[in-house]
Amino acid sequence: MSATTAPPPGQPAGDPPASLLSGTGTSRTGDRLFAAATRGSSALVVVLVALTGAFLLWKALPALQKDDVNFLTSRVWQPAGEPPRFGIAALLWTTVLSAAFALLLAVPVSVGVALFLTHYAPRRLARPLAYLVDLLAAVPSIIYGLWGAYVLGPVIAGVDSPPRKALETVLGWVPLFEKTGVARGNVFLASVVLAIMILPIITAISREVFEQVPVANIEAALALGATRWETIRVSVLPFGRPGVISASMLGLGRALGETIAVTIILSQPSSLDRFKLSIFYGGETFASKIANNASEFSTPQKTGAYIAAGLVLFLVTFAVNAVARVFITRRGEV
Amino acid sequence: MATATIEAPASGPGSVHSSLHRSARSRKARDRLATLVVLLCLLLAMIPLAWILWTVLSRGAGLLGDAHWWTNSQRGITARRVGGGAYHAIVGTLLMALVTAVISVPIALGTAIYLVEYGRGTFARAVTFMVDVLTGIPSIVAALFVYALWVTTFGFQRVAFAVSLALVLLMIPVVVRSTEEMLRLVPRDLREASYALGVPRWKTIVKVVLPTAFSGIVTGIMLGLARVMGETAPLLILGPYTTSINMNIFHGNMAALPTFINQDRNQALQPALDRVWSAALTLIIIVMVLSLAGRAVSRLGSVKK
Repeated sequence: MSATTAPPPGQPAGDPPASLLSGTGTSRTGDRLFAAATRGSSALVVVLVALTGAFLLWKALPALQKDDVNFLTSRVWQPAGEPPRFGIAALLWTTVLSAAFALLLAVPVSVGVALFLTHYAPRRLARPLAYLVDLLAAVPSIIYGLWGAYVLGPVIAGVDSPPRKALETVLGWVPLFEKTGVARGNVFLASVVLAIMILPIITAISREVFEQVPVANIEAALALGATRWETIRVSVLPFGRPGVISASMLGLGRALGETIAVTIILSQPSSLDRFKLSIFYGGETFASKIANNASEFSTPQKTGAYIAAGLVLFLVTFAVNAVARVFITRRGEV
Repeated sequence: MATATIEAPASGPGSVHSSLHRSARSRKARDRLATLVVLLCLLLAMIPLAWILWTVLSRGAGLLGDAHWWTNSQRGITARRVGGGAYHAIVGTLLMALVTAVISVPIALGTAIYLVEYGRGTFARAVTFMVDVLTGIPSIVAALFVYALWVTTFGFQRVAFAVSLALVLLMIPVVVRSTEEMLRLVPRDLREASYALGVPRWKTIVKVVLPTAFSGIVTGIMLGLARVMGETAPLLILGPYTTSINMNIFHGNMAALPTFINQDRNQALQPALDRVWSAALTLIIIVMVLSLAGRAVSRLGSVKK
């Protein structure tokens, strides 16, 4: 990546020598206009993000003020009532559970793939293989949803599917893996599909970090007689850890906000069912709740409830992404 | 990434030392096991890709050979009937993507140029941070924001243009990132040579820096387009489906491939289901061709690393 001629990160690339700054009047006007235009578009980006938060908050507040139950701890969702009663506890649980489980599945595989591509595969093979992994990111999420719900679901998440049965038998005593009657449309299936969806992004960033391990570290380990795996364990993995953590956080952010794939897959348990913590239970995430009810935005009060849910999702993904940035300072950051 | 520091592993160099003392055979075995595990990971990652492509190809290829698929809409076609095409949805998807690109590309290019050529200090740091935030914003949140602005505040109808506005939020960070990366690769010598000839800074950027990074910028735009064309959430919130052809982005419902799929996916009747998978294949072809072509363009790029 580092061309010798590239400017050092952290400095604007094109600062002309000071003597040139005293150019003719016209070119200085042109320079000023151009700089103002680029600064204007940058300001627009900042304003857009700020507006997003502000508008969601503005539209959510009236509904939140009328809310008759605790917004954070209630599992009820009746925004149309008078007064409205809605809380996000169930949504938050399903959202976090599905995303966390997806992360648990995706990270080890992604790290393995990234290691294979950087330290095992022959150079000629590594590039096309990386290309293939990236192709997973190009599959639109609605197609993941279709495939997950109608093709993968019956195989791994149905009531009689071997992976699900095995998990239920071995871990069934844990509330998280409690047996339920929900066929296919459960959090388990959603998580597996989410894991596949976030795999390419975690792999891509991990790969980038693993490629930057200083050759000296690797050669030092090899010189001590370490095997390839030992070399990876003592020089590559420690060096790459912050990068992998950051990549995982970005993947987590993706999984928390994924909409249509989860909407297609998850079944909504009837309101009479007892709420269960299990990953074999159905449910709704923030995003799927909003998507399922997009046609219900009829009154400001109802819309406000869904926008409040969207606001929480915005804040959660914001926090997760911020954590990711703490672990990794982006290359070339100003 | 460059700032990640080399930390000594928790156990220190001693772990190499101690592991070197283990019997050579067990160390070899561990090494082979690791190789096997890593290889399995790759296979595990390839299975879903192959499986998804196979599913969509085998279930969806049937209708694509028919010329009607590319030229007809679904107007008047019920789930019971075979026939009709995806023209209305393809046109809608392309139109919304085009409008999105027209709005977001200038903003993204300006932002990237600012960050690379001018940016420093607090404001530049704030912009970088906000671009990062935009990268992580869920599409449904972007859609809700535009809904709150367009429908509840301005009182407009849900139309294709509003979908494009939501997609703009999702496309800007992709284009900013890749453009930024490309501009940073443009050698400093080129800029200095231009300054030495007395060319003003803005002209240097427009005539020297941007053309040098052109292929990379095109790649970013194509990858951004591939991302927004596959988005469904903004369409659910802001772009109601219709079976007819509509070319007006400011009036009436407009179909798109994702909503075409979403509309009929719960149908029990085979003709409708066949169309769902064919629409899925059409969408996947468009998105994959765009992202593959984008990468190919960057490979032919003019900035030599």
